[in-house]
Amino acid sequence: MGLRQILDKIEPLFEKGGKYEKLYPLYEAADTIFYTPGKVTTANTHVRDGVDLKRIMITVWFCVFPAMFFGMYNIGLQANTYLAAQGAAMDDSWHSVLIALFAGNDPGSIWDNMIYGAAYFLPIYMVTFVVGGFWEVLFAAVRKHEVNEGFFVTSILFALICPPTLPLWQAALGISFGVVIGKEVFGGTGKNFLNPALTGRAFLYFAYPAQISGDAIWTAVDGFSGATSLSIAASGGMEALSQSVTWMDAFLGFEQGSVGETSVLAILLGGAVLVAMGIASWRIISGVFIGMAATATLLNVVGSTTNPMFAVPAHWHLVMGGFAFGMIFMATDPVSSSMTDAGKWVFGALIGFMTVLIRVINPAFPEGIMLAILFGNLFAPYIDHVVVQANIKRRLARV
Amino acid sequence: MFEHLLSLLIKAIFVENMALAFFLGMCTFMALSKKIEAAVGLGIAVVVVLGITVPINNIIYNGLLREGALAWAGAPDVDLSFLGLLTYIGVIAAIVQILEMVLDKYFPALYNALGVFLPLITVNCAIMGASLFMVERDYNLAESTVYGVGAGVGWALSIIALAGIREKLKYSDVPEGLRGLGITFITVGLMSLGFMSFSGVSL
Repeated sequence: MGLRQILDKIEPLFEKGGKYEKLYPLYEAADTIFYTPGKVTTANTHVRDGVDLKRIMITVWFCVFPAMFFGMYNIGLQANTYLAAQGAAMDDSWHSVLIALFAGNDPGSIWDNMIYGAAYFLPIYMVTFVVGGFWEVLFAAVRKHEVNEGFFVTSILFALICPPTLPLWQAALGISFGVVIGKEVFGGTGKNFLNPALTGRAFLYFAYPAQISGDAIWTAVDGFSGATSLSIAASGGMEALSQSVTWMDAFLGFEQGSVGETSVLAILLGGAVLVAMGIASWRIISGVFIGMAATATLLNVVGSTTNPMFAVPAHWHLVMGGFAFGMIFMATDPVSSSMTDAGKWVFGALIGFMTVLIRVINPAFPEGIMLAILFGNLFAPYIDHVVVQANIKRRLARV
Repeated sequence: MFEHLLSLLIKAIFVENMALAFFLGMCTFMALSKKIEAAVGLGIAVVVVLGITVPINNIIYNGLLREGALAWAGAPDVDLSFLGLLTYIGVIAAIVQILEMVLDKYFPALYNALGVFLPLITVNCAIMGASLFMVERDYNLAESTVYGVGAGVGWALSIIALAGIREKLKYSDVPEGLRGLGITFITVGLMSLGFMSFSGVSL
């Protein structure tokens, strides 16, 4: 019996009056993952495309994979390198027990590093997925809307922008806030105005700063503190930065950071697919990049004797922290960004500008992209409004 | 001096945003942010009123109310600062009234655009708050002008952004119990999360 037959056979159970009527969203989600829905539109004509929302979201999900796998490898690499250098063994936490079951601690072995990283990243991702999915299905069942693959994207993006040592209960809390307050209270996918993954992370950032910022959390070894390139640059300037990590290493991702944000190369790889398929807007990406480069260059020219961050050039801003990840995967969120073409440029440039500004002039936050994107989200609807009004005005004048 | 004023302006607009950092002027902020046009009108009105009342209150405070300010009248020991609250609110109400009449006479278009918002501003606590902050921080005349305008621009910026978001949220499917003010409160809270990007900036 094929999968289609099984699905068709159990369908009556989930339909109105069926035994599991309340769980219909779950059935619908499973069905449409495997098969294109057979529904056809009956109302007025509108544009149709084989790539519907579900396919888009799944594509984004796959495009994050390079960054994710590299992130896992990098967690292991950083930790194992440190352990090897110290000649130390792992502590006796459950992570370590798990790692010892499958692999050793050789920093030269890809397998060992991958397993180490997976032992830290996968639990976070699983908790994120299960808890976030629970809220999603709950809202879908009660409010009778569909479970959407948008959640696949939200959950993986959320897990990837967390530090590898994040306590699991905080991951659960963060994704709950992001999904419920950031998205579901507005009616679910497509109806929110902030990026849900970033909302959740920002919530954690302000609620539990000790576990999500600072130097001690980026390497998955207890008691080891390794600063991210951004905080090195903030305290010591370019000189200290170039001593601790080369530009190439930062570009490839061999540095401290949140799970998925370190490798610009892996992120760009996924980003290229997204842009080629027309899913991520190249206008937004270019806007963010140009905004960042222009602001960084401007600040380089202005200069400062007291603040070493002024001297950080644009190509370093690109590879440090979560800039690339935010630019490709977060700023381009089709729901919370600007919708108009001209608006996308402005929206992107605003984010790039704010990112550098926060990094450079705000001593409270070493990283700026998260708050910059949230800030951009706030003004996205107004930017659209201005563009639309300008367009109306222009066309009225032509009449 | 110029640099100092500039950083004060930026601080007033973003870092100490009246609406999203201090949550002042919330009633008008929530009530009149359904449409962008109205929000823009109200925003401009607030900028104008703040830009006038804060410096005038500053002159009154420094010339009449503060301890020793009446020395020129031969009473150096008199401290009238307890009259502050009363005076400021009176000044604000009076200026709004005068402004309304002036606009009605000379700029009827603007007067009509602002409509009911002008008198409403009299009771907006962001306006009062700016005057009180001015006294507390001991600004001089130039500083209080800049601060008044900056605080107004910051407030206007926030209400315009909120109006944009609320126009977008018209298409949302908010749970029954949260519709209207409830979701607006949540929206404003989330907005201030975005504005946290400025907290900690010292200029």
